[in-house]
Amino acid sequence: MKPSSFNYHAPTRVEEATALLAEHGDGAKVLAGGQSLVPMLSLRLASFEHLVDLNKVEGLSAIERVNGHLRVGAIVRQAVAEHSADVAASVPLLSKALPHIGHFQIRNRGTVGGSIAHADPASELPAVALALDATIEAAGPGGTRKIAAADFFVSTWQTALADDEILSAVEFPVWGPGSGFAVEELTRRHGDFALAGAVVGVQVSGDTVTKATIGLFGVGPTPLRASAAEAALLSGADAAEAGKVAASHISPVDDIHASGAYRTQVTAVIVRRAIEAALKEARS
Amino acid sequence: MSDEVVVKLNVNGRDHKVLVEPRKLLSDVLREDLHLTGTHVGCEHGACGACTVMVDGAAVRACLLFAVQVDGSKVVTVEGVTPTDGTLNPFQQAMQDCHGLQCGFCTPGFVVSMTSYLDDNPNPTDDDLKIALSGNLCRCTGYRGIINAARTAAGLPVPANAADGSDH
Ligand SMILES: Cc1cc2nc3c(=O)[nH]c(=O)nc-3n(C[C@H](O)[C@H](O)[C@H](O)COP(=O)(O)OP(=O)(O)OC[C@H]3O[C@@H](n4cnc5c(N)ncnc54)[C@H](O)[C@@H]3O)c2cc1C
Ligand code: FES
Ligand code: FES
Repeated sequence: MKPSSFNYHAPTRVEEATALLAEHGDGAKVLAGGQSLVPMLSLRLASFEHLVDLNKVEGLSAIERVNGHLRVGAIVRQAVAEHSADVAASVPLLSKALPHIGHFQIRNRGTVGGSIAHADPASELPAVALALDATIEAAGPGGTRKIAAADFFVSTWQTALADDEILSAVEFPVWGPGSGFAVEELTRRHGDFALAGAVVGVQVSGDTVTKATIGLFGVGPTPLRASAAEAALLSGADAAEAGKVAASHISPVDDIHASGAYRTQVTAVIVRRAIEAALKEARS
Repeated sequence: MSDEVVVKLNVNGRDHKVLVEPRKLLSDVLREDLHLTGTHVGCEHGACGACTVMVDGAAVRACLLFAVQVDGSKVVTVEGVTPTDGTLNPFQQAMQDCHGLQCGFCTPGFVVSMTSYLDDNPNPTDDDLKIALSGNLCRCTGYRGIINAARTAAGLPVPANAADGSDH
């Protein structure tokens, strides 16, 4: 099918973009990479009178180190971040998650900010942002504000952004030496959305785990933190035990792709595998 | 209906100017306005890869882009990846040699994707190739001939048993 008619806006400044959103309210939608929005428009699952394309907005496409964080502009293409040496050196978990998004043709167009703003619970990047306690920068007509990832993901496809705000950047904390990261997911085919997935970061000192973070995706209405499993890992539990703890705290629903019970069982396994891989990297 | 807009595109080295509604997809502009029907439209929602073209050097889904968004860009379609002397490019030739197509509907998408991929990644591993091929669907071949074509174009060995399907 074809998308319904819309008025196309291609602002070049953030203030213009947010002014357009403020003016048109519900009738306007932000267009970034279009890899999620355009299918929804073509399938007529959604229609808007105005599309505000961010692709020509200046100042949204930088990757830079700022105060112990890596700041990734909203419209940085997923493929650019995937191949960025800065991202690989500063936020390895992001580098490792990106190749799991769809296929290279999708990542050539899809944006880092778009994936996070879209807030699909089965997506990799929202889980990375949540696990790393990233900060989301929102720009609105009144200026910018910072939102903690823990407060950003409200429900499926719903975020804390107001109608007249855009996500302008995401700031990922940079971890120190002795850390390791891993992404594990189960998909039906390469590039599909995950039936269940886990992102893990650990930092070790000798044999002791001093820092641990576990994010889950595909198993709830938003990405989830496996806090109890993180605590278990910090108090000496092994990867298999932590995996079971993570699985015991989720209640994914059944859908056509997999039952909730199956997703729960898979979660225990992939969390274990991700912890094992992250620990191996941290100790190497 | 929203107003039509002028979109300038350089397609396969030739400049074009079209007047289209903002909602018109790049895939439809190529096929309907420029009569470049080599770009196929299968699913029209990003799933199949039949519509793959290169925009400013990057392989993308033409059905997930509005033509107005790529005003001023250079587009290469399947019609533009063939050498001018009438021969086929290495992946095209390998598709013929390895019987990488049956009905041919998916073929333009595979050709553009893999031409672009092999330009950017001249030394892939066998696994890299399978992952790179994962964004394009084929309903006929079972993929064996296509994987073998990619291996051949990349200079990788084609396993002896690859013809009978036991390699995956
Ligand atoms: C075949 C296929 C497979 C895919 N597989 C995966 C996968 O495995 N994992 C995965 O995570 N994703 C997958 N995707 C989706 C892809 O990652 C998208 O790129 C991503 O979800 C959205 O990013 P985008 O830049 O394309 O945003 P768009 O599609 O342009 O926008 C998506 C939504 O976010 C909003 N938005 C975008 N940017 C902003 C912003 N800066 N501020 C405010 N709102 C904004 C839009 O208004 C829209 O509602 C797949 C897509 C396809 C077509
Ligand atoms: S027609 Fe574009 S991906 Fe199927
Ligand atoms: S050859 Fe028929 S779809 Fe691929």
